[in-house]
Amino acid sequence: MRVSTSERTLNYVILVAFAIFALYPIITIVVAALQSDAEAPGGVSNFSEAWDIGRFGSYLRTSVLVSTFVVAISTVLSILAGYAFGTMRFRGRDLLFYLMLLGIMMPAEAIVVPLFFDLQAIGLTDTFWAIALPQVAQSVAFGTFWLRAFFRSSSRSIIEAARLDGASTWRILWQVLVPLARPALVTLVVLTFMWTWNEFLIPLVMVPSNESLRTAPLGLSFFSGQYTQGFALLAAGATIVALPVVVLYLFLQRHFIAGMLEGATKD
Amino acid sequence: MSRTRTAGPPGEPRRVGYLYVLPAFAVYAAFALYPLLKAVYLSFWDWDGLTLATWVGLGNYADVFGDERLRASFGHALVLMAFFAVLPLLVGLVLAAVLHRAKVRGLSFFRTVVFLPQVVAMVVIAVAWRRLYSPDGSLNSVLSAIGLDSWTRGWLGDYTFALPAVGVIGTWFESGLVTVLLLAGMSRIPRELYEAARIDGAGPVREFFAVTLPSVRGEIAVALTLTVIAALKTFDLIYMTTSGGPGHETTVPSYEVYRQAFELGHVGLASTIGVVLTAIIFVISFAITRIGDRVTD
Repeated sequence: MRVSTSERTLNYVILVAFAIFALYPIITIVVAALQSDAEAPGGVSNFSEAWDIGRFGSYLRTSVLVSTFVVAISTVLSILAGYAFGTMRFRGRDLLFYLMLLGIMMPAEAIVVPLFFDLQAIGLTDTFWAIALPQVAQSVAFGTFWLRAFFRSSSRSIIEAARLDGASTWRILWQVLVPLARPALVTLVVLTFMWTWNEFLIPLVMVPSNESLRTAPLGLSFFSGQYTQGFALLAAGATIVALPVVVLYLFLQRHFIAGMLEGATKD
Repeated sequence: MSRTRTAGPPGEPRRVGYLYVLPAFAVYAAFALYPLLKAVYLSFWDWDGLTLATWVGLGNYADVFGDERLRASFGHALVLMAFFAVLPLLVGLVLAAVLHRAKVRGLSFFRTVVFLPQVVAMVVIAVAWRRLYSPDGSLNSVLSAIGLDSWTRGWLGDYTFALPAVGVIGTWFESGLVTVLLLAGMSRIPRELYEAARIDGAGPVREFFAVTLPSVRGEIAVALTLTVIAALKTFDLIYMTTSGGPGHETTVPSYEVYRQAFELGHVGLASTIGVVLTAIIFVISFAITRIGDRVTD
């Protein structure tokens, strides 16, 4: 398509302006994280200072444990359920699937109140399980939907051929379909990791008094309540909290955006 | 069930499916579906979370729409929808159309950059924007520099501007997502459509309305669904920036769920707000999907 030079220049101006708009708040944080003030020595040592004072070591540990657990369990469960919903027919299949589909739209705000009181009644609040299991449930709803679409579109003839060779449903899934589903699985893992890492309401409500179980975003919110005058350490803490997901995203971005868009417009 | 049925072609009834579905469904039912039903149940009770509950029927629902503060929170959610969904859609359409037409270089870099806000934790985003909006923050510095000193203020503490200020954070957060979605949609439009439009003498604007816009209706529906839900669920942003203030100018339903249940001990009322919020999300998602489908057909 032929475009005039002036239009081209204007396009780049719009492009750069929007990129700056998108990046500016993030750059603010990174720049501030390296500056010095009353509590902050400045430079990279701000990070170790924030790490110690803000107890980010403990918060990151919880976040890593919760995210790993949620990603691992929900991915395996989603593979199994997505496979059955996508390739098998059984009575009540559609009803069960639509029930799970509700989980994608269901806001955590609606379920967190009854969950808190039920889990409190059986002594599970302030435990790892109270943070992890509700998030497994929400991730499984999305994961099942995501992988069902993939397994449905995966070639019938491949399954047919494998079955003629005498493979069981279990072997067809793990040895034939899962290797083919790798791009869809990578996108699912990144999305689930990102959502779990960034989740705020569930850890806030479910861990009212166990400080050692605070996740990174929750830890940052408490840290931000304490540091109102100096911004450098708060910014350093914010950088620490955001970094794992940002690094993962930058590392896999091409693949990740493509996979996400493909899934968003499928079905 | 006989062996031959189990080994039949795909599409045959396979009872083994239940075994595959069971683990996922059990966790989902216990930690999402059951709590939702329980929320509906609790919404008919007046309960403080400790002592005996009293049956109030639809009383809590009457409160949600009768209480001035709670009613206002739903109004604020509507305003935020304009900032989280409508504005990003307009920004995204213009940007994506421009980029799509021009085939500029550096597109993948641009895509990576504008999508970045989506992956940063909302708590971190709130910390950054609180700084930008603060009395000595960048926004006020810019205003002073261009001689608009009278406009400077603590934006998040301002009765008139706090809600739009929170809304702009949403616009910032969602615009990149919408742009990337629309760009992907536009890249799938067959080139012949544009050539045909050009032969008919269409300029860039008519080309946009005749070819580009109708071709990305599916993507628009997806983008609106995602951003509207995000607007309705925005809890952490409010919790971290304004806590619903000043007064209750920026409170939203999701924040009221938290406040009513865990700060004021109105568990039944909090459940009711959660149920109403869920119902609104279901209805809107369903409507957008239906409209999207009908237009695409």
